[in-house]
Amino acid sequence: MNRRLLLLLPLLIFLVLGVFLYRGLSLDPFHRDSALLAREFPNFDMVTLEDPERRVDPSLFQGEVTLVNVWGEWCPACKQEMPQLLDLADRGVRLVGVNYRDTRDKGLGFLEEFGNPFEVNIFDPDGTLGFDLGVYGAPETFLVDRDGVIRYHHTGYIDPSDVRDHILPEVEKWQ
Amino acid sequence: MAVIRHTTLVLVLTLIAGLSWAGGIEVREFDDPVLEQRYKSLTASLRCPLCENQAIDDSDAPISGDMREQVYVMLQDGRADIEILDHMTTRFGDYVLYNPRLEGRTLLLWGLPGTLVVLGGVLVVVIVRRRRNASAQALSAEERARLDELINRERTP
Amino acid sequence: MLIKMIPEIGHFALVIALLLAIVQGTMPLVGAATRRPLWMAFARPMAAGQFLFVAIAYACLTASYMLDDFSVANVANNSNSMLPWYYKFSAVWGNHEGSVLLWSLMLAGWGFAASRFSKDLPEDMVSRVLGVMGLVCVGFLLFILATSNPFERLLPNMPSDGADLNPLLQDFGLIIHPPMLYMGYVGFSVVFAFAIAALLGGRLDAAWTRWARPWTNLAWAFLTVGIALGSWWAYYELGWGGWWFWDPVENASLLPWLTGTALMHSLAVTEKRGSFKSWTVLLAITTFSLSLLGTFLVRSGVLTSVHAFANDPSRGFFILMLLTVTVGVSLLIFALRAPRVSHTVGFNWVSRDALLLINNILLVIITVTVLLGTVYPLLLDALGFGKISVGPPYFNALFVPLTVLMCVFMGLGPGARWKSMSARDLGRRVALSGVAALVLGAVLPLIFAEQWNLWVAIGLITALWIVLPMFRDLFDKTRNASSFGAGLKKLSLAYWGMQLGHLGVAVTIVGVAVVSHYNVERSVRMGPGDSVQVAGYEFTMTNLQARRGPNFLADTATIEVSRLGSERSFEMRPEKRLYIARGMPMTQVALRPGFFRDLYVAMGEELDGDDWAMRIQYKPFVRWLWLGALLMGAGGILAIADRRYRRRKTAEAPAPAAQEAHA
Repeated sequence: MNRRLLLLLPLLIFLVLGVFLYRGLSLDPFHRDSALLAREFPNFDMVTLEDPERRVDPSLFQGEVTLVNVWGEWCPACKQEMPQLLDLADRGVRLVGVNYRDTRDKGLGFLEEFGNPFEVNIFDPDGTLGFDLGVYGAPETFLVDRDGVIRYHHTGYIDPSDVRDHILPEVEKWQ
Repeated sequence: MAVIRHTTLVLVLTLIAGLSWAGGIEVREFDDPVLEQRYKSLTASLRCPLCENQAIDDSDAPISGDMREQVYVMLQDGRADIEILDHMTTRFGDYVLYNPRLEGRTLLLWGLPGTLVVLGGVLVVVIVRRRRNASAQALSAEERARLDELINRERTP
Repeated sequence: MLIKMIPEIGHFALVIALLLAIVQGTMPLVGAATRRPLWMAFARPMAAGQFLFVAIAYACLTASYMLDDFSVANVANNSNSMLPWYYKFSAVWGNHEGSVLLWSLMLAGWGFAASRFSKDLPEDMVSRVLGVMGLVCVGFLLFILATSNPFERLLPNMPSDGADLNPLLQDFGLIIHPPMLYMGYVGFSVVFAFAIAALLGGRLDAAWTRWARPWTNLAWAFLTVGIALGSWWAYYELGWGGWWFWDPVENASLLPWLTGTALMHSLAVTEKRGSFKSWTVLLAITTFSLSLLGTFLVRSGVLTSVHAFANDPSRGFFILMLLTVTVGVSLLIFALRAPRVSHTVGFNWVSRDALLLINNILLVIITVTVLLGTVYPLLLDALGFGKISVGPPYFNALFVPLTVLMCVFMGLGPGARWKSMSARDLGRRVALSGVAALVLGAVLPLIFAEQWNLWVAIGLITALWIVLPMFRDLFDKTRNASSFGAGLKKLSLAYWGMQLGHLGVAVTIVGVAVVSHYNVERSVRMGPGDSVQVAGYEFTMTNLQARRGPNFLADTATIEVSRLGSERSFEMRPEKRLYIARGMPMTQVALRPGFFRDLYVAMGEELDGDDWAMRIQYKPFVRWLWLGALLMGAGGILAIADRRYRRRKTAEAPAPAAQEAHA
């Protein structure tokens, strides 16, 4: 009896592994939660894209739920997701941009061409704020609550269904 | 839907990263060879968060360059390895550690091989003991001597 | 007209092959179970026919590539009219669809070979073996036809030219690496089929192991060389001089190699001593299962890897089903049919049996460790514990000590006797070698390098501990002969094969240990006229120019290299290429290979002015790690040539004890 159970062991181990492999098929190995979730927005003191004289810091996020979008002129998906961001702005969501690894001219040109849903854009040509945010490729989007704590993170292109199914509900939730 | 988004993401990331190989060739000055060694081992054990599966020392992705720079700067500042690793994980998560930390969720990962070695040792003892008894029972001393002789003849052709 | 129909002919040939495989997978098995010779007789012709039709399909796909038929999606996505003909030929397997077709071709080929070289086997055994192989073929052909048809057309909107083969794959190493690797993976299907046939037929005596051993050795030799080629390819092609990255795809090939190695040894015990019977069967099943698991990991996208094929969950699901059915059913058969009463073949503490038992247990532990590290991120993710990475630091920390531990026993193995010997006797045989290995291994690093390194010393001691007892053993074995030469002649090829294989392991260990710790690497800024010294060599950039290749643009640096204090110099030409069709930059490494060291120069980015970032490396003994693999492969093949396997008349299941007498 004992030995028969022992002979079944390989099959059992394989089946357990199989269940995990099956589960793995529906997981996205590229999707990762940001390490900054439920943490305060990293500290910064930087100028804005629009006005080189104006300095901004995390007090920017106090008192209002804000969607922070990291973008750059060089990033094709950033262009594609602009209509969705404009739509969000139309719905009254407050957006702040981080112009990531860009030049001022290109960044401003981008906003002129594709529209500007952002209340203000933080100018981050060296990617230092991006680094502190754990950004590894634009576009990335963070939802910051009224206390300046990061609550939601989206990597990559935002499509219309993402707006409907994820972003708007999250904004609602932290309002 | 998730699949489509995933593909788009990969496409976009690929465009950014330019699917880079043989990256990370940079000229860096170190006064202290120990520091250089630490730099090498740190950049070899941090995973590029953008790439498929590459350490930051091998990757051309812009983020890998930023991370290498950060490691370099912090080393020059006299920071400890653990501080540098913490600096990275607070931003990019434990995902960037190629050497996973020993914690609750990695107990099995770190513990199983050692446990198996111990179990394997026990198994060897149990099996050999049983086999010894088996051979003792199965054959008389005379038979055993004869068989040994047969086997040994094979050993020295 | 016929030329235009080539893809359709190929597709049709695949369908016919599938039908033949279905017949091959059913009739002979039923025939063997119900003892109907006529049904069993289907096995051989079907195996031949199936091979023929898969070969036709494969030839058709190759023809489409050669003729630049960009109406075929597979060709359009992976080839280009500018591609040299030999890369068109190899581009067939540089993508998912084509490589599965190659895999199937090889599977059918191994089946055909098994049907040809099994004249002396009992008919029911042949039927079962070919039947099982037929069933595996059915799975793969269905997979191709249902999810990965390489003959799909892009009509009417066919592109005027193809998207080109990924530049990384435009390389000699890639022409030969995958076929070798697949020959290994797929080759284990034969021993798998033998094991299942033995279970089904209730013939778990030692006979099947004797038939299966040559097939196992051959598959193992292919896999060994295939893995080594992959490592060599990564070394010179990827441009940073690494030769093993513990990437999931590499691990996927290492897993069946590890259990395959265990299987070779366990087959030896079962054949010679009649013990470990169930264990051997289980290893045969496991080895092929791990080959299939590797296929799944590479092609499903569940793990992120640098080498993975374009991922498609529907394919992943299909392979998972294939895997589940094949492995699940096999293990179920194993659980039901493996003998419930273990045989009582005795052996003692000090015996080759016990050492091989330890070898098998350690190899399995190493396999489990590699598998665990490979799938652990997936396990945690599936359980919702977040994303982690398991990389080289983990694998090195566990793999190296486990391997060293195994080698401790490996040094003892060849000198030990079956069944029983006195500890004193074994000790006398290895004592001198042990002392010599310790002393030499500890001192050699001091002589050849400026800095003593513990791990290099351990590596050398380990390697010497494997090699030195061999000489002692040779001496012992020839002592009774009239002369040393005559004694050597008397030794069997199987014996030489074993020694060669073990020597290969030692050579690889030396390579790994030395290059891992005495590698010198410097990243420098260089322009024309600049020179730099690395590891006793002087590198001077003499020229920098742009050139145009067949399908790429390149910046080429000419670097003159000479040994310090030596007049002789030679040139190295690293390149930075831009492949036009894909707009993909590539580094073409300049290599100066040598038996004791490689010089390795890679171009990085262009800096300001005419300067470039360059990475110069000095890699001592790096060749040894592939040389060792070649020796291992040669050992495996040498053992097949042994008289024992050619004298097939005696294959009819002799009792274990009788075998021992004349083996």
